[in-house]
Amino acid sequence: MSTETLEQKNEEVVQKPAEGLLSKRRKRLISDPLNEDNPITVQVLGICSALAVTVKMEPTLIMSIAVVFVIVFSNLIISLLRNLIPNRVRIIVQLAVIATLVTLVSEVLKAYNYEMYKILGAFVGLIITNCIVMGRLEAFAMGNKPYDSVLDGLGSGFGYAWIILTVAFFRELFGSGSIFDFKIFEAVGISNFPTNGLMVDSIGAFMVLGILIWVQRSKTGYVEH
Amino acid sequence: MRQSNGYIILFTAIMTVIVGGLLSLASQGLAPAQKRSIELDTKSSILSSVMDRKELKKMKPKEVLEMYDKRISSLVVDINGDIVEKNEKGEPIVAEEVSILKNYKKNPEERLYPVFKYMSAENPDKVESYILPLYGAGLWDKIWGYVALNKELTTIVGVAYDHKQETPGLGARIGTPEIQGRYVGKEIYDEQGNLVSVTMVKGEGNTGLDSHHVDGMSGATLTGKGVNVMLKNYLNYYQSYFKKVKSGSVAAL
Repeated sequence: MSTETLEQKNEEVVQKPAEGLLSKRRKRLISDPLNEDNPITVQVLGICSALAVTVKMEPTLIMSIAVVFVIVFSNLIISLLRNLIPNRVRIIVQLAVIATLVTLVSEVLKAYNYEMYKILGAFVGLIITNCIVMGRLEAFAMGNKPYDSVLDGLGSGFGYAWIILTVAFFRELFGSGSIFDFKIFEAVGISNFPTNGLMVDSIGAFMVLGILIWVQRSKTGYVEH
Repeated sequence: MRQSNGYIILFTAIMTVIVGGLLSLASQGLAPAQKRSIELDTKSSILSSVMDRKELKKMKPKEVLEMYDKRISSLVVDINGDIVEKNEKGEPIVAEEVSILKNYKKNPEERLYPVFKYMSAENPDKVESYILPLYGAGLWDKIWGYVALNKELTTIVGVAYDHKQETPGLGARIGTPEIQGRYVGKEIYDEQGNLVSVTMVKGEGNTGLDSHHVDGMSGATLTGKGVNVMLKNYLNYYQSYFKKVKSGSVAAL
């Protein structure tokens, strides 16, 4: 089994005595997805939600928190169960874990932040289909120890979060003239700043995302083959 | 062993029980809090049609509910303006729990129409304004809200619109105090006493508008049309009730 060989390799690495809680390798688990191996800009996963929720900062922030929560805990749970999960139904098991966590997030939101639930309702449910979450479970958590999986989840989660927050920042600023619903242009004395419908549409997200990818790749030198 | 059919069935069965149990526990545990959130949401949007929104936002949930209990008295009428107290099963109907969305899907003649009476602070038996729910279609999806009329039922004292997903910065402006403030003081009847409602015009920056028109939203003409239809429809549905209130036949309630 491919997963088993993967796991043996990893165990050899981990078995070396006294690997620091944040050793170089583990730091890379977190830092890689933030930039060089970013789930959105490099792996091009989770684009749908990056377009859908990024009209304003506040829902984007809630969405980011929800995704980080789901990705970290599903990574942890799957990693703990990795030696028990039958290979043939592993995708179903992963899906069940993700769906459970997402439903929990959605229910909690409905109970304690109804305002946001009304805005994000459908999109929170769609975290289930966010390829980043399932991708990390299949590619990482199935073959690695729990602590490493949590770090990997944090890395991917924050990698997703900072990108969508950046996109939302520019979309809300130019689309609605505000940040976190605070009218920024009015505050600095420009009361007739025109709002831009293009940024409010999904097209705006594509443009901001495209520019982000451009800037990032010109820095890291990453090219697609 | 881990790949045998028996193991797989056992594993999935256990997983289903755990996951199902967890979710039903969460659903049960969170149900009271969810019910409170929905109740608070409904009650504060009803109040927002007669109150300053900023003030309402500053109030704690408990204060909002207390205020609601003190000032709002509600009832449900049908299309003929007759008060409905029980549903087909004989259970009492609570105006706050009547789903405008579900009623919207029925024929206007079969719908239930809640009325929220905003009572005077000094004299709790005197109506200060009547608040009616609204529901309709915007450009992209549903829009809804409340309109508050003065005690003579002729002039708008406030509106509170909300929407599911009108374009932010354009149609979504119906949710802002800026747009809603334009409705205050507008008349819904013409001089002959016919219902003309209040219409939002096309374009923004129009001057010289009479008491039946409000300035439009630039770039959101279709959302404006949706609002016009919604407002006119619902004012129309309540006409029989209004007549009864004016003639005094249901004033005691």
